Amino acid sequence: MRGKLKQSRFEKHHIEDFIGRSYMSFCVLLLVVIIISMVYFVASKGVSTFISGDVTVSQFLFGTKWSPEAETPSFGAFPFIAGSFLVTFLAALIASPLSICAALFMTEIVPGWGKKLLQPVIELLSGIPSVVYGFIGLSVIVPFLRNTFPGQGIGVAAGALVLSVMILPTITSVAADALSSLPQNLKESSFALGATRWQTISRVIIPTTLPAIMTGVVLGMARAFGEALAVQMVIGNAPFIPRSLFESASTLTSVITLGMGNTTMGSAHNNALWSMALVLMLMTFVFIFLVRLLERRNKI
Amino acid sequence: MKPRTVDKIATGVIVFFALLIVGILLSLLGYILMRGLSHLSLDFLFSAPQKIRAGGGVGPQLFNSIYLLLLTLLITVPLGLGAGIYMAEYARPGRITGFIRLIVEVLSSFPSIVVGLFGLLLIVNYFNLGFSLVSGALALTVFNLPLMVRITEQAFRTVPKQQKEAGFALGLSKWKIVTSVLFPVALPTIITGTILSAGRVFGEAAALMFTAGMSSPRLNFHNWNPLSPTSPLNPFRPAETLAVHIWKINSEGLAPDAAQIAAGASAVLVITILVFNLAARFFGRYIYRKLTASKRMN
Repeated sequence: MRGKLKQSRFEKHHIEDFIGRSYMSFCVLLLVVIIISMVYFVASKGVSTFISGDVTVSQFLFGTKWSPEAETPSFGAFPFIAGSFLVTFLAALIASPLSICAALFMTEIVPGWGKKLLQPVIELLSGIPSVVYGFIGLSVIVPFLRNTFPGQGIGVAAGALVLSVMILPTITSVAADALSSLPQNLKESSFALGATRWQTISRVIIPTTLPAIMTGVVLGMARAFGEALAVQMVIGNAPFIPRSLFESASTLTSVITLGMGNTTMGSAHNNALWSMALVLMLMTFVFIFLVRLLERRNKI
Repeated sequence: MKPRTVDKIATGVIVFFALLIVGILLSLLGYILMRGLSHLSLDFLFSAPQKIRAGGGVGPQLFNSIYLLLLTLLITVPLGLGAGIYMAEYARPGRITGFIRLIVEVLSSFPSIVVGLFGLLLIVNYFNLGFSLVSGALALTVFNLPLMVRITEQAFRTVPKQQKEAGFALGLSKWKIVTSVLFPVALPTIITGTILSAGRVFGEAAALMFTAGMSSPRLNFHNWNPLSPTSPLNPFRPAETLAVHIWKINSEGLAPDAAQIAAGASAVLVITILVFNLAARFFGRYIYRKLTASKRMN
């Protein structure tokens, strides 16, 4: 009897089960290893500016002068941090109302064919590669801005416009999900009280789904903040804080894109670029923290 | 103002903005195709690029993009399936599962340029693989893996519970249930998602600039020995993809027809992604019909 039990433990399906389980655990473990090594490598390279060089954290974050190749180099990254935040907020400002309207169109105004029309549009917009957005920005938006407004056309406005189209799908799909998961009876009771559709949308639907919609906005901003090539192509890449929307500026990503290939590993200039990558990574964590915060509010 | 009038105005505004988005997409596609299609020809698709003279093509870049995509899928699909199935079927709710979920979330929202820099540091320099197709594929793995995990997990979660319970009632082992009951049902969704994620990988550039490199060596398309340095199949050679090429000629292109080449290459990229989108829909439906003998899909 006992012998039989012991034998059955090594039957074929037990071995299969074990191998499958081990393989899957390995895959999950790999994810953990990737993220830990990523944080470790980028962080260790990023802090070397502050450990070996004579740049302090506050000099790096708030210094406004960027001249890495000068006689006495200075590594103030504030213009780039400001540029990144500026284009991100502007893009969110342009894209959010559009996206929320699109989501309302899909779920409240014409739920049937509105969804059929907009769903593929959103999917395609999110599928178009960022270099193509950059190319269109360079050949359509920049000449348009140059002809209508003062300045060269390249600059903050062009960057924000390109980014706003890129983050439209992110915000729209999250907002549409939130709106369609709203309990039907909330809406019905509002209509029963004699409210019009807009009154229902503005006083019932939007307030209840606001945290979820904000989640979409934050996710869109995270995407905009980390976007590199499209912005680099249209923003002009001047290392100054822009004084108007039509002036050339830089973002963290655009400076890294342009600089990383032309500096030698281990030089102070190169290290400063890694510090910017670290800032980008930390901002990703901030955005995810915000998303989690909003999701928690959403549940209550 | 009367509430009814306000309602009408608000509806009008919403409809206007929604249609504006459709308009934006149509004009984007129209612009790319109008400008690009006139430049597309077999010669453009298959010939090598020119540095300073006009008339260069995108042959090697196109080949690199497709080859890199295949390499990436070869790595990410099995790994993504494994981790996704674990998350859907094995992970018990708790701290560790929550932590893994957070990791997938963080990994999928890392900017692609940070992924590229990580690849430069670890894969290119530390593992000494250099600017190569392998480095690019590994960097894209970091980029694509969280997506695959999500796709797989969602696909498995949408399988009706009764199917699993029926399997248990028959006395099947968990592994058998996963592989022969749940997997076939989840497969159409997984394939659809994989093709869509392939579209994203195909157009990715920022993560590749520092891993697969920004140059393509002279390739001999009659040499199919994977170990020879001029062979297109050699995975250890640098490879500039189509998306990287578009970025490069837009920022530092010297050829007089750089704008047309960018337009042509963008058209190729966008058409490919349109094809991926259609293929995802078609294949998903086709396989669902094949596997389940029913026409309905979700």
